[in-house]
Amino acid sequence: MSGTSEALKTGPRAELVRFDVEAIRRDFPILHQEVHGRPLVYLDNAATTQKPKAVLEVLQRYYTQDNANIHRGVHELSQRATAAYEGAREKVQRFLNAASSREIIFVRGTTEAINLVAHSFGGANVREGDEILVSTMEHHSNIVPWQILCDAKKARLRVIPVSDRGELEMESFDRLLSPKTRLVSVAHLSNALGTLNPVKQIIRKAHARGIPVLLDGAQAAARVKLDVRDLDCDFYALSGHKLYGPTGIGVLYGKADHLEAMPPFMGGGDMISSVTFERTTYNKLPYKFEAGTPHIAGVIALGAAVDYVDSIGLEAIASHEEELLHRATEGVLSIPGLRVIGTAKEKAGILSFVMEGIHPHDLGTILDQQGIAIRAGHHCTQPLMERFGIPATARASFGMYNTPQEVDALTEGLGKVREVFG
Amino acid sequence: MGDLRDLYQETILDHSRRPRNFRTLADADRKVEGFNPLCGDRVTVFVSLEGDQVKDISFQGSGCAISTASASMMTEKLKGKTAEEALSLFEGFHALVTGKHEARGNGSELGKLEVFSGVSEFPIRVKCATLAWHALKAALTGAEQTVSTE
Ligand SMILES: Cc1ncc(COP(=O)(O)O)c(C=O)c1O
Repeated sequence: MSGTSEALKTGPRAELVRFDVEAIRRDFPILHQEVHGRPLVYLDNAATTQKPKAVLEVLQRYYTQDNANIHRGVHELSQRATAAYEGAREKVQRFLNAASSREIIFVRGTTEAINLVAHSFGGANVREGDEILVSTMEHHSNIVPWQILCDAKKARLRVIPVSDRGELEMESFDRLLSPKTRLVSVAHLSNALGTLNPVKQIIRKAHARGIPVLLDGAQAAARVKLDVRDLDCDFYALSGHKLYGPTGIGVLYGKADHLEAMPPFMGGGDMISSVTFERTTYNKLPYKFEAGTPHIAGVIALGAAVDYVDSIGLEAIASHEEELLHRATEGVLSIPGLRVIGTAKEKAGILSFVMEGIHPHDLGTILDQQGIAIRAGHHCTQPLMERFGIPATARASFGMYNTPQEVDALTEGLGKVREVFG
Repeated sequence: MGDLRDLYQETILDHSRRPRNFRTLADADRKVEGFNPLCGDRVTVFVSLEGDQVKDISFQGSGCAISTASASMMTEKLKGKTAEEALSLFEGFHALVTGKHEARGNGSELGKLEVFSGVSEFPIRVKCATLAWHALKAALTGAEQTVSTE
């Protein structure tokens, strides 16, 4: 732990200070502003999280002191940049508890991670008549890459249905697993419903039939303590920008055996060990999957972000957000005509709702005028919206820096909607 | 909250609650669906023409207060207008909600539609206000069967 958070600088009695949200807030400069004349209440963390000073400073320092290309310079700056880049890979490895840093591939984000697996793993392993299994609650980025693959291979996309509460129907899952299934790809935590899926059970059942599993961890990575070895997932995809890091950088974790066997995704510099026009040999892991100059600053800043999250502790963040979610759920349910979409037993950090007679967009605009940022729309989950027979939801999503007072501001803000709409 | 009153004017709220001409037209000559992929709003505009004149016009769909009221008031405004007049109103309405024209008050071509002038303070809501109008334009110019705001 680097101890980069102010929240930890609490002196000898630190162990008594469980979770100091005010200290955390001081680490996030963007939070201290007014929007439409009101203090900003940022409740759109599922779309993207804000960045702590530790991350911003690392970006600034990298570009002002160490900027150079990596892996090929003999000079000092290149060596510093390379060391910081590879150091970040090891931080991410520890964050995920992966067996080796060779299993950590840097990509642009969750979307690219899933596309990489669809292209490389799918390209090599999926044949006509095979099946890929996803669920109704997936983000479009965990649907469309598989549709493209299935179209090209004449394979079939099968879908695990979702119950009225927003939980995966596990009996259907059992029935859908078949000798034709080549891969199961599901969200760890649903961005539209807040449902935490029973991923260990899914992985165990799929593995019993020799089927690998990809987890879309875009939402879970900032809200669930991760251990990919304990989960035993084959692939795990996440986005840095939803984990208090920069945009444009993400991670694909893959078990080394799979990654070794898979063909490259993109060709170019850095991913080769030698090139002639007759024959090119690919570089070893993880470089085989990192063609071209990567987002070096982004990777290093992502390393700072996971350090920061570690310094607060994901268990502490998770229990803080659980309290916020509980308070928010009770609060919004006190509002007449409001219905929560997604009432799973296991939820984390995300609250979707609709209000009778008032479109989520109008809710979003009215809350924005009070300085409260939420998301209104289909959340890139159109099949899920269709499943619930609604065009859209309003969604509040929490981060480590949100406070109970902000949750109450949301409830009060929703109360004002009737003032406008009568 | 002052700006909100400019956006959600009483007339707009009334049309969003009780949209006029909210039905299908069995004998429509033209039917175009407008879709806003960002928020999932959908509106289908039905037009029946007599020569060059809008004999009847209606809409169906689901959307926010702004897009519903805009579609409703558009249909009221356009009944009996020629295609050319309708397209000119489209231009005027678009200029109003994007803040290129100020509301002119009594006697302006847009008339009651000027209640949408508040939209210009809310740039992300411009697409809501113009969704039905884009569908209408496509219907009159005989372009696509669906139009998207993107
Ligand atoms: C569950 C889920 N999967 C995938 C994504 C895509 O992430 P990105 O746009 O960062 O690639 C998101 C982002 O909204 C998400 O919430």
